Amino acid sequence: MREITYAEAIREAMSEEMRRDNRVLLLGEDIGIYGGAFGVSREMIEEFGEKRIRETPISEAAIVGAAAGAAMTGLRPIAELMFSDFITLAMDQLVNQAAKNRYQFGGQRSVPMVVRAPSGSGKGAAAQHSQSIEAWCCHVPGLKVVAPSTPYDAKGLLKSSIRDNNPVVFFEQKSLYPVTGEVPEKKFSEDHLIPLGKADIKKEGSDLSIITYGRMVQMSLAAAKKLGTLGIQVEVVDLRTLVPLDRETIVDSAKKTGKVLIVHEAVKTGGFGGELVSTIADSDAFYSLTLPIKRLCGFDVPIPYNKNLETYAVPTEKSIYETVLEMINERPGVKKNETT
Amino acid sequence: MSITKKVLLELYSKMQQTRKFEKMAVTLFAQGKVHGTAHFCIGEEAAGIGVGHALDQDDYILQTHRGHHQAIGKGINLNNMMAEFLGKESGCCKGKGGSMHIADFSVGSLGANGIVGGGLPLSVGAALAQQYLGKNAITVCFFGDGATNQGSFHESLNLASVWKLPVLFVCINNYYGLSTHISKSMNIDDISARAASYNMKGHSLDGNDVVLVYKETLKAKEYVKKQGPMLMVLNTYRLSGHSKSDSQVYRSKEEVSGWKKKDPIILFRKYLLEEKQIPENVLENLDKHAVQDIEDALAFAESSPEPKIETLFDDVYAD
Repeated sequence: MREITYAEAIREAMSEEMRRDNRVLLLGEDIGIYGGAFGVSREMIEEFGEKRIRETPISEAAIVGAAAGAAMTGLRPIAELMFSDFITLAMDQLVNQAAKNRYQFGGQRSVPMVVRAPSGSGKGAAAQHSQSIEAWCCHVPGLKVVAPSTPYDAKGLLKSSIRDNNPVVFFEQKSLYPVTGEVPEKKFSEDHLIPLGKADIKKEGSDLSIITYGRMVQMSLAAAKKLGTLGIQVEVVDLRTLVPLDRETIVDSAKKTGKVLIVHEAVKTGGFGGELVSTIADSDAFYSLTLPIKRLCGFDVPIPYNKNLETYAVPTEKSIYETVLEMINERPGVKKNETT
Repeated sequence: MSITKKVLLELYSKMQQTRKFEKMAVTLFAQGKVHGTAHFCIGEEAAGIGVGHALDQDDYILQTHRGHHQAIGKGINLNNMMAEFLGKESGCCKGKGGSMHIADFSVGSLGANGIVGGGLPLSVGAALAQQYLGKNAITVCFFGDGATNQGSFHESLNLASVWKLPVLFVCINNYYGLSTHISKSMNIDDISARAASYNMKGHSLDGNDVVLVYKETLKAKEYVKKQGPMLMVLNTYRLSGHSKSDSQVYRSKEEVSGWKKKDPIILFRKYLLEEKQIPENVLENLDKHAVQDIEDALAFAESSPEPKIETLFDDVYAD
């Protein structure tokens, strides 16, 4: 299979859906000739023109609100935010309008739109351009939340998000934009749809489950590979979609291995990991656990500028590797300082 | 431009229906038959009715939290609106929205908004869809004086202007954001001056003169279709309190009684009697009809079932 980048996969998904459905259009800042801040929409204006690749002023509330208003009246807009951090500027339109207008109006209309939100740290962009704020969106009934980890998933999930009849917040991992991966050729891509709400076991294993999503999937897989050389078989569950959440796959994996490490880049307190812990603890997988569930998350700090500090602020391949080793070496009921 | 007698009487009827709807709402609160709150537009009827009645079926409106007149002006069904106020299954929003979220897409009402300024960006999107799909229709966004101090006002008027969208921005200026007079919240007297920032046509008019509002809206509708967005400011006054509970300590009795003399329904009635020679018994008949319409709506609403508990989970997501 051919390989393309995560950014190319997103562009292909948008272009294919725009060819397929005339009601799909893209709104955002600098998305035309400039191609978007990360080049994701590069050259799309040449095919689709200014009517469908609509450059906006720097007005995030108007971008998301106009997308919602157009979605309620017959279009299927994709709104590109330059950075997911700028959701803050569009919060009323996303939370009070887009997410609620179907429900509070008694189901009279749906709001089929996608907000694409480049997310995460690792680019030296510091505190206002590096956050992982997906948990905020998961707390709003009416929104769906997607966070793909590979080009393959990014394409299939974005195509499904565009066809979905609800507001979807699509958290793109900006450090993954240049990462390549296998994606089916265009001629077969009509069928390349990944349903929202289905997790993917990226690697099977029997000793411990890592439950994660987004950029941390790649790091978890790398750590799992190294752990494999020690004979430790780690299972890596990629959630792909946070809302709706594939609770069944999470619970099944926890039952299978009895040891669960939850990994996400977002800060720990109030993070989505808490929901994942509860999903397991509230289920019959609880009785299969041989260790307390552990979370490895971003520290409760803003993302700092300095490269070393930035790297240390969130989980890394090394910290995932070390945490798994610690957990594997821990004996139930025995405190850590007694194990050596 | 002359308005037919038929239209004049329709305007009068809708204004009276709005007034009677809200008087009934006050009674229902007093009787403890409804919970929550409502924001009354008593004294502002000419603004919402004059605009809404001038629109076509395909035109959209987005209402404010103080929007009963806006919905009735656009032609919403009174039975479903009253049922929504009572939270009933037969309400236009199945009892999920209440007074603050009245919506009926079948008549082009895209919904009342509980967030001051919240509807402005949505209206830009609705007008974008109309333009994109080549529809010969406009979107009217209602908002209050207070909303013009929100960032969403600036972002929306700017974007609508840049894209030349068919949207008519209608500011219903009642001079107060809850208790705060506009003299304390903006440093201009005429809100329509704000349109200049967007190279947009803006003008202010007497929002208590329903004939003027109706005529100006007809003109604005054609202008907006050809030239793009416009800001129309309707100066009026809320004779009632801000919401169900408001001690109104922030304004003088003299100020309120001064505006009561400019009650739009009294003014319009006088105009119809004296200048249009409409016989008084015709108007009395319409008054009675308005009362009857509201009583019928209440009977419909009261006889409607409560929403089933299972509907709590309906319509969070679309299939």
